Amino acid sequence: MDKILTLGQTALELGLVNSLTVLALFLSYSMLNVCDLSTDGCFTLGSAVGAIVAIAGHPWLSLPAAMLAGALSGFVTATLQTRMGVQSLLAGIVVNTGLYSVNMAITGNKPTLTMNKTPTVFVFAKDLLKGTPLQGQQTLLVLLIAVALAIVFLRLFLRTKLGLAIRATGSNADMVRSSSIDPTFTTTVGLCLSNMLTALSGCLMAQQQKSYDINKGSGMLTVALASLLIGGVIFNKDKRMTLRLIGTVIGAFLFRLVYTLALRFNMPAFMLKAVSSVIVIIALSGSYFKDQIPFLMKRLGLRGKGGTSNAQAQ
Amino acid sequence: MLRLNDISKTFYPGTVNASLALDGLTLHIKKGDFVSIIGANGAGKSTLFNAICGSFYLDRGQVLLDGRDITMLPEHRRAHQIGRLFQDPMRGTAPDMSIEENLALAAGLGGWLSHVSAHDRKAFRDRLALLDMGLEDRMSQPVGLLSGGQRQALTLLMATYQTPKLLLLDEHTAALDPGTAEKVLNLTKDIVEKNDLTCLMITHNMQSALDLGNRTLMMDRGKVIYDVSGEERAKLTVSDLTEKFHERSGRALNNDRMLLG
Repeated sequence: MDKILTLGQTALELGLVNSLTVLALFLSYSMLNVCDLSTDGCFTLGSAVGAIVAIAGHPWLSLPAAMLAGALSGFVTATLQTRMGVQSLLAGIVVNTGLYSVNMAITGNKPTLTMNKTPTVFVFAKDLLKGTPLQGQQTLLVLLIAVALAIVFLRLFLRTKLGLAIRATGSNADMVRSSSIDPTFTTTVGLCLSNMLTALSGCLMAQQQKSYDINKGSGMLTVALASLLIGGVIFNKDKRMTLRLIGTVIGAFLFRLVYTLALRFNMPAFMLKAVSSVIVIIALSGSYFKDQIPFLMKRLGLRGKGGTSNAQAQ
Repeated sequence: MLRLNDISKTFYPGTVNASLALDGLTLHIKKGDFVSIIGANGAGKSTLFNAICGSFYLDRGQVLLDGRDITMLPEHRRAHQIGRLFQDPMRGTAPDMSIEENLALAAGLGGWLSHVSAHDRKAFRDRLALLDMGLEDRMSQPVGLLSGGQRQALTLLMATYQTPKLLLLDEHTAALDPGTAEKVLNLTKDIVEKNDLTCLMITHNMQSALDLGNRTLMMDRGKVIYDVSGEERAKLTVSDLTEKFHERSGRALNNDRMLLG
């Protein structure tokens, strides 16, 4: 029983850390309709900045520092695709590649950093919780607060005129222009905010795991996309925004839970990325095949009929 | 009100596909005019609207709205003075967002961080009720669920929510069934009259080109070839128009859509 609880808790903690990236994708992928391929690099960027600032002795400062770095990265991606004529997908890839060097430069050409003795926000929370009934639950608590704040922020933000304009940009950019709003501006704000959340996610993961490495974010986009799509299945489009936001977090948790369970059944850890790829493929092509099924049935049906009529003739 | 001075636009210049879409067109529209525009496909009618809205920049000439030179103003900065409806009912609204959210953006109320108040919602309801389509009771539904006619009526409401200086209608009823088209056209007339809007309407229906408004323009090859208003226009019939086209352009008007109706 204890083991199951521990497993659940690990999945919950990892899911919560990831869900900030999933919320970022909710903003960029679901709302703004931009597939931001710089997510991996931006996640690592957040980890790197978070680790360096925390190691320098400023655990609290590390959070806004990582978010600022993320926003900058988002600004570059957005500028490339809105003002410099680079295709949206390519802009993300180019920034992602460039971020590798940026991340190496931030950590002083070190591919890994350890933070075993570094005061992180989790260490701070641990001291704070000492002697209270919540003792030892600092990871869960810090992450829950962070995710709750992110959800409340996004919920309120998406209701504002700017939030509506960002949603409309993803839905019909012509209509945004005819409402006297510049889609370049809304795309830029949207990507800055989304990358801010991605970087925060990376920062918290580095501090929670007390380690940084240059590949921290590799595959993160696919993992987060898988979680987003799982969340989308639970609460589909027509439902209210709050539910959709919470759905993304549940999606991230479920993804991690399935993955943790699979590890228990001796699936090697390196399978994580293959699993997330397969989930994304199933989720995306699933709806495609759903549309194709009537045609397939018809074709198969016709052939079947042909067969029987032949048989009858014989 | 609206003054176009010798405007020209060539698409794909210097290639075999080069086409002169607007050829030194000069036009003056007075305040309160309701102008219908007719012409064969490719005459430059929609290009004219694109030029006024700023979808592209002109090769030559000027666009003045209310005495202000807007030639180099980007599209979104002209938009609050110019309302526009397209033939495609899907283009004017965001399908994934609710009726209320679409209206909120079109109404352009408040600052970036403001959100829709109960007072705004009441105002939206009242305006929607004027359309007489029951949309006021479906404000939280996504616009994607509405029919083409309903979407076009909503777009009309959105385009005129903040009274624009100029309303451009680009065959906005052509994709609708006859009954709905008539309803949307009547709504258009009501809204234009009530707000005393200056309006340009492209149509392929020659009869409604003559019935609606106070002036008719005929376009061909990027130019206005016939401009009629007042008594002369009152006496015109559809066959007069076809004859005029033949006389002015040197070609027969071989467009079934234009002859129909």
